[in-house]
Amino acid sequence: MTAGIPAKRIRRRAVAPPSLPPAATTEPAARERRDRSPLGRPGWTVIAAKEFADHLLSARFMVLLAVLGLAAFVPLYFASSRIRELAEAASGVPAVFIALFTLGSQQIPILRVDSFVGMVAPLLGIAFAFDAVNGERSEGTLPRLLSQPIHRDDVINGKFAAGLTVITLVLTAVVGVIAGFGLLRLGIVPAASEVIRIVAWLFLTIVYVSLWLAFGLLLSVVLRRAATSALIGFGVWILVTVFGGLLVGLIAGIVAPLPAGGGPDDVLASAGLQQLITRLLPSTLYQEAALVLLDPSVTQVSTPATIGQAIAAQEQIPSLLSLDQSLLLVWPHVVALVALTVVCFAAAYIAFMRQEVRA
Amino acid sequence: MATTAPIVTRGLTKRYETLTAVDRLDLEVHGGEIFGLLGQNGAGKTTTILMLLGLTEPTEGKARVVGLDPARRPLEVKRRVGYLPDAVGFYGNMTGRQNLRYTARLNGLDRRDAERQIGAVLEQVGLSDRADTKADTYSRGMLQRLGIADALVKEPAVLILDEPTTSIDPFGVVEILDLLRGLVRERGMAVLLSSHLLSQVQSVCDRVGIFAAGRLIGQGSVEDLATTFGDDTSHVEVGLELGAPAEAERAAAILAGIDGVTSVAPPASAADVWRLDVQPAAEGGRVRQAVLAACAANGLTLTSLRAIVPSLDEIYRRAVVRSRVGAGTEAA
Repeated sequence: MTAGIPAKRIRRRAVAPPSLPPAATTEPAARERRDRSPLGRPGWTVIAAKEFADHLLSARFMVLLAVLGLAAFVPLYFASSRIRELAEAASGVPAVFIALFTLGSQQIPILRVDSFVGMVAPLLGIAFAFDAVNGERSEGTLPRLLSQPIHRDDVINGKFAAGLTVITLVLTAVVGVIAGFGLLRLGIVPAASEVIRIVAWLFLTIVYVSLWLAFGLLLSVVLRRAATSALIGFGVWILVTVFGGLLVGLIAGIVAPLPAGGGPDDVLASAGLQQLITRLLPSTLYQEAALVLLDPSVTQVSTPATIGQAIAAQEQIPSLLSLDQSLLLVWPHVVALVALTVVCFAAAYIAFMRQEVRA
Repeated sequence: MATTAPIVTRGLTKRYETLTAVDRLDLEVHGGEIFGLLGQNGAGKTTTILMLLGLTEPTEGKARVVGLDPARRPLEVKRRVGYLPDAVGFYGNMTGRQNLRYTARLNGLDRRDAERQIGAVLEQVGLSDRADTKADTYSRGMLQRLGIADALVKEPAVLILDEPTTSIDPFGVVEILDLLRGLVRERGMAVLLSSHLLSQVQSVCDRVGIFAAGRLIGQGSVEDLATTFGDDTSHVEVGLELGAPAEAERAAAILAGIDGVTSVAPPASAADVWRLDVQPAAEGGRVRQAVLAACAANGLTLTSLRAIVPSLDEIYRRAVVRSRVGAGTEAA
């Protein structure tokens, strides 16, 4: 009756207690079979479907849709009044339709669709993830969920997938509304390359927001209380998007303070350091890439990497970048954003898998 | 030996860095019985349950739940085991029925089967009329009952309940325990429940296991445990109708004169009863007969006569004290 237990095991025990029955797998074939989910489909899809429905019906979805819609519409209002003037002299403007996104108020330069969306969109990511895991924990639903026949990672995968779907939906809707507004009110028809540029920008924005989603998820796994993770999440958002520039100067000032009466070399070194730190900020990565994608006249990322590039930029004849060249220019940015997202999600995933079920 | 018991563990051990939460646990729970895992908070009950569900891995030892190893085949185990966690919660923005639907979907139940099953279990726990209101309007007792319904949706072969009666009013406790009894009778499930409220589960468990500091220090029916951990004394209560104080003295002498009675405690008030200690404990039945005969022979009017079953609290206290003494000797 010890057929199922290796002989070695038995020998190791001096006094063998009544042995266990072998795991109920009589046929060798059945024993080889891996542990299978009773669901016809992967467990994460069930969780994602439920979470998605929850998000769509939640108050925060409505609020965020309104906030993002407003953030897009206000600059759009200014853009549409200016775009007519541009359209008059259309021969000189390379991409009229896309100007909807990049034009804004002349008085307030920040009032542009792209920079507004870039500022507000991370909110989406944090809002849909900050209480994903610790919310379930405090409600007492997590042990019940994990005791269902699903893998543990199905929970976190499903939640990420649901968040990503909602974000895609919201951003696509907002961009669609802006584009539709342009078509209807202004009667401008976008060129094919402009459509692709807008889609690429949309994709970039989704990647950027999913970074914040993964960050929110990480907070919700690591921190016990949803209020704390919300606070930290929004705090980091404000710090990075609003005070990012100040932060860079501060860090550079602490790490390598500029000596009094320093020569041009010191100033250059300091600028180089600031630039390096700036490059590490996801908001910078996003803004630079968005600018290149939406404006074909931008031929390089805002801060030149080398002095040679800076000189070249000054000597360059103003020209327009073709679509593929623009994409090539932002490729490293996209890769960096995806990598950051993966790192955040992996951290959340590992932390969740190692956590005890009990709170 | 071929144990076909739905829950079997052999030498099941869980160690955290310094703490041994569960220490070489040998347990068997059979179909159609309610097994109570009793112990204080932190005695290792929940850890044991989590190992049985494959939610945490044992450091050593083996477990078989419905014939499967939960550490290696957790999904199949979880498909067949209904679990009511300690302080169970539900999604407050969903109704009770929607919550159960989600569980049914996670278990891969066919939609039509699921609806029928959900209706049936809601009826069984008495929540049919509140099933379509939001779960955040439910009282603690209703959540607990919904939790049992939730565990039953998948039609489990084994039901594991962690502290099912905590934070429920006494009336609700009776309801839940009755419900469990009925379920075991109807479905022949194996039920493992953990509790630190000993007297509550005494009435409902067929067998109990006493858990202290990660070790199972005794298991069996309440009567068995009383024999194991008692001081070989049984107790008899005698109610007598007495007139003059002199009669009380006579009664005391008569009761003390019965063979096997070691002490007689007179009643504190007229309405109270006499308490007799009997040694050895097995003599209890004979002593009760002797009391009856002596009363008849001496013209004393009996109002009541009953054997006192030792309470689980008492047994538990003795068992814990004894295990501590034992551990102390080992250490020395």
